[in-house]
Amino acid sequence: MKATVTVMLKSGVLDPQGEAVKSALGALGFSGVSGVRQGKVIELDLAQGTTEADVTAMCEKLLANTVIESYRVEMQA
Amino acid sequence: MKAAVLVFPGSNCDRDLAVAFRAAGFETEMIWHKDATLPKGVDIVGVPGGFSYGDYLRCGAIAAQSPIMRAVAGHAAAGGYVLGICNGFQVLCETRLLPGALMRNAGLKFVCRQQKLRVETQNSRFTAGYAQGTEIAIPIAHHDGNYMADAATLAQLAAEDRIAFRYVGNPNGATDDIAGVLSANRRVLGLMPHPERAMETAHGSSDGAVMFHSLAQALVEA
Repeated sequence: MKATVTVMLKSGVLDPQGEAVKSALGALGFSGVSGVRQGKVIELDLAQGTTEADVTAMCEKLLANTVIESYRVEMQA
Repeated sequence: MKAAVLVFPGSNCDRDLAVAFRAAGFETEMIWHKDATLPKGVDIVGVPGGFSYGDYLRCGAIAAQSPIMRAVAGHAAAGGYVLGICNGFQVLCETRLLPGALMRNAGLKFVCRQQKLRVETQNSRFTAGYAQGTEIAIPIAHHDGNYMADAATLAQLAAEDRIAFRYVGNPNGATDDIAGVLSANRRVLGLMPHPERAMETAHGSSDGAVMFHSLAQALVEA
C-alpha cells in the first residue's frame, strides 16, 4: 500500500519561493496568477496494515515541521 | 572544562568550532553523530554549522533524529550547556530544544558577509562578556536563516528576555530581526551567525572570542 503526504507552509507563513515563482510567471506574460504556494509531496511505500495514524505520527515526528508547515495524508490501497 | 563538538555527515564548521573552544581553554573532543552517549564530564556541546545530511527534507531535520541528539537532549535537560551555530541552530530548533524554525531567506539568496548584531541580553553565560546593547561584528553564511515563530512564542521569548542577538540590518527576513535565542534555563543558545569565525583580528573581528571566553570563565567559577 501507499500513502501520499503533502507538506505545505502554513497559511500566513510567507513563502518566498512561491513569491519568486509568481513574479517569474508574471514576467513570462501569464497574467492573473494572484498567488503561488510551493510545497512538497512525499510518496511512501508501506507494509500492509500501516494505518493513517502511523503516517500521521511520521508527519509529526519528521516529515513536517509543524512550527511552520501543515500536512495532508492520503492513503491508497 | 570539557567541550564536545558534534560531527554530522556534511558538517563543515566542526573543526573551526573545536579550535575556538580550545582557544578559550576547553579540552575538546569531536563526537560522531552515531554515538549514543557524550563523553563523561562534558560541560558544553557544540552543534556546528554546515549542511548536515545535505539539508535533505529540511535543514537540520535528519540530524535532529540522530542518536547523539538524544544524548544532547538529555545533557540539556540535566542543565548542561549547548551552543548551536548556523546549521546547529537549525538542528536545535528541529529537536525542539529551542522554539521556532529557520526558513529560506526572504531574499532567496545565500547570504555570506560580515554582519552587525546587537547584544540584546547580558543575562546568559554566552553573552555575559558583552555590554548590553553593544553592536558586534560576526560573519553570517546561510541560505535558511529566516527565523520564524508564532506570535505567542515571540511574546514569550521577549517577555523572558531570551532573544540573545538581533541583526542590525536584517539580512534574511528573520522575524523581529532575531539572530539568536536562548532556552528557558538560558543554557542553550542557538544563533545563525558564526562566532567561531570571529576569534582574532586576522579574521576581521574578534567579537566572537568574547562568547567562548565568557563561557570558559563561567565554567571555571562553577
